[in-house]
Amino acid sequence: MNNQEDRLVLGSHEFNSRFILGSGKFSLNLIKQVVENADVDIVTLALRRANSKDTENILDYIPKNVTLLPNTSGARNHEEAIRIARLSRELGCGDMVKIEIMTDTKYLLPNNYETIKATEVLAKEGFTVLPYMMPDLNVARDLQNAGASAVMPLASPIGSNRGLSNKDIIQILINEIDLPIIVDAGIGKPSQACECMEMGASAVMCNTAVATAGDIGKMAKAFALAIQSGRLAYLSGTGRVLNTAEASSPLTDFIR
Amino acid sequence: MARKVFNHMEYQEGMDVIESDIMDNILNLTSKYDYNTYTKDDVLKALSKDILTLEDFGALLSPVATNMLELMAQRSKKETAKHFGNTVTMFTPLYIANYCENECVYCGLNCKNRIKRGMLSLEQIDIEMKNIADTGLRDILLLTGECRHMSDVEYIGEAVKIAKKYFTSISIEVYPLNIDEYKYLQECGADFVCVYQETYDPIRYEQVHLSGFKRCYPYRVNAHERALLGGMRGVSFGALLGLSDFRKDAFSAGVHAMLIQKKYPHAEISFSFPRLRPYKNNAENNSNDVHEKQLLQIMLAYRIFMPYAGITISTRERDGFRDNVIGLCATKISAGVKVSVGGHGEEAQGDEQFEISDPRSVDEVYNSVLNHGLQPVFTDYIRTN
Repeated sequence: MNNQEDRLVLGSHEFNSRFILGSGKFSLNLIKQVVENADVDIVTLALRRANSKDTENILDYIPKNVTLLPNTSGARNHEEAIRIARLSRELGCGDMVKIEIMTDTKYLLPNNYETIKATEVLAKEGFTVLPYMMPDLNVARDLQNAGASAVMPLASPIGSNRGLSNKDIIQILINEIDLPIIVDAGIGKPSQACECMEMGASAVMCNTAVATAGDIGKMAKAFALAIQSGRLAYLSGTGRVLNTAEASSPLTDFIR
Repeated sequence: MARKVFNHMEYQEGMDVIESDIMDNILNLTSKYDYNTYTKDDVLKALSKDILTLEDFGALLSPVATNMLELMAQRSKKETAKHFGNTVTMFTPLYIANYCENECVYCGLNCKNRIKRGMLSLEQIDIEMKNIADTGLRDILLLTGECRHMSDVEYIGEAVKIAKKYFTSISIEVYPLNIDEYKYLQECGADFVCVYQETYDPIRYEQVHLSGFKRCYPYRVNAHERALLGGMRGVSFGALLGLSDFRKDAFSAGVHAMLIQKKYPHAEISFSFPRLRPYKNNAENNSNDVHEKQLLQIMLAYRIFMPYAGITISTRERDGFRDNVIGLCATKISAGVKVSVGGHGEEAQGDEQFEISDPRSVDEVYNSVLNHGLQPVFTDYIRTN
């Protein structure tokens, strides 16, 4: 299978890579290396963040063929998220936007209620809306109905590197929601990213685990390979896994 | 108006009184905190936990933990990386006035201290801010002495409006205000408020605040809550280390922040840990038993206890200390600092509040952050109003 046959589709956009990179925790000069090592197609960008001076720009460090995914980080309600999204489009960052609305500074967990409201408004305005959310089936359905182009449930609290704490619920979203499910936040190791993809997630987003690795370039590559591997396994149809042993002396062989 | 010397635990005329049990809880929990009871095992147990309790925080601030800094530093560095990655935010303070009506025995702006007083005109503020913005900075802290008479809320508001032209993140460190006054300054463009309690020990607080409205202990403690009720997005906590029992004061400030975060979960929480410094006419002013080792212990304890909170390191500390705490526990560093009134390119209009230890320029600090493998960030805030 080559990438041309298996592309990530988000609204009207298509991508080869299923590894979405967050940029918020990186040293600028390392982003390019990561993007190239990991064949990343999408890099998120916090509009609120300005690294370095006006004479320098984070965009100078991101290869031109990469699609920017602005996020609404810093927004505390849907009105603020909508304003940031509109600003991002005015600044020429395109029509894709990741909705992030936090009303809790301790765990940085997204506010689903506000996220649904922002999604509804922005989708109507023609944005390709990718909402970051606490995994919940009903909320995911509401987001789909509101016009989201994907749903981005968190695996575990952001920056925690705890992996798939919400695995069961995310599996339900994958099973039930007819949108790409992009697992976001909390993925700490390539093996966890691989597991997400084996489950049928459409993509994985990662930031802290790569940004804080000892060798950032190598870790980025490791994630890219893990995501590809998990995707391939999913497409191959993983073998059956039984929860009970197949007894050598069956309990039901008395039946005639 | 009320007389200048009054019962320090009583609100004065004109001061907002809010319904809150936070001050009582701080005092109650601090009174039970006995840092001498902790053992090495208590510290190890605290460090083994993912999420620490207040009791664990107390252990990390204890004398026994002072000799376990390396272990604490390893944990702290991991937490800093997890929550802030490689980033360090840069900012600078701008003193716009140094008039003060308070008699605080530890402070260079003390109204009885004979220093050059002054305040910037709005034109001077514009020039100073433009000079600062030309260095690339987009995050500013505006300060005044505590004098409503000379630097009133309208004046501070006008300064904030000018700052809005040049900066995306505006913090204020001024005298405690009423809710409607915080609301006004937030509408002008300020979003973050720093109020340091100096000491949380009411008895010591009374001893060092001889006169002036700053003497009112509860009005100061409850300032953070009023700021949040007025719509501010974040509040900063701290005690002036060396003024009283520093372990108890550090504990109290942590309790204070914890209780505010619980009551206002949207609030952005940050800390600063100023130590007493010499100032004009008092070269002997010092932080007593709070040496770098103890200061670092406190900073590490905060990072481990509240890993999501910002920690600012000021120029009260030397460059070698500052350069090494960023990435380890601190997340915000000042640069190009003047603690006189103005002085960013223009002649200073008033004397300094204290002597700084790190006079490096924005470029010098910027390059130093980069050299430590970290990413300087000039703004991490987007104004949405």
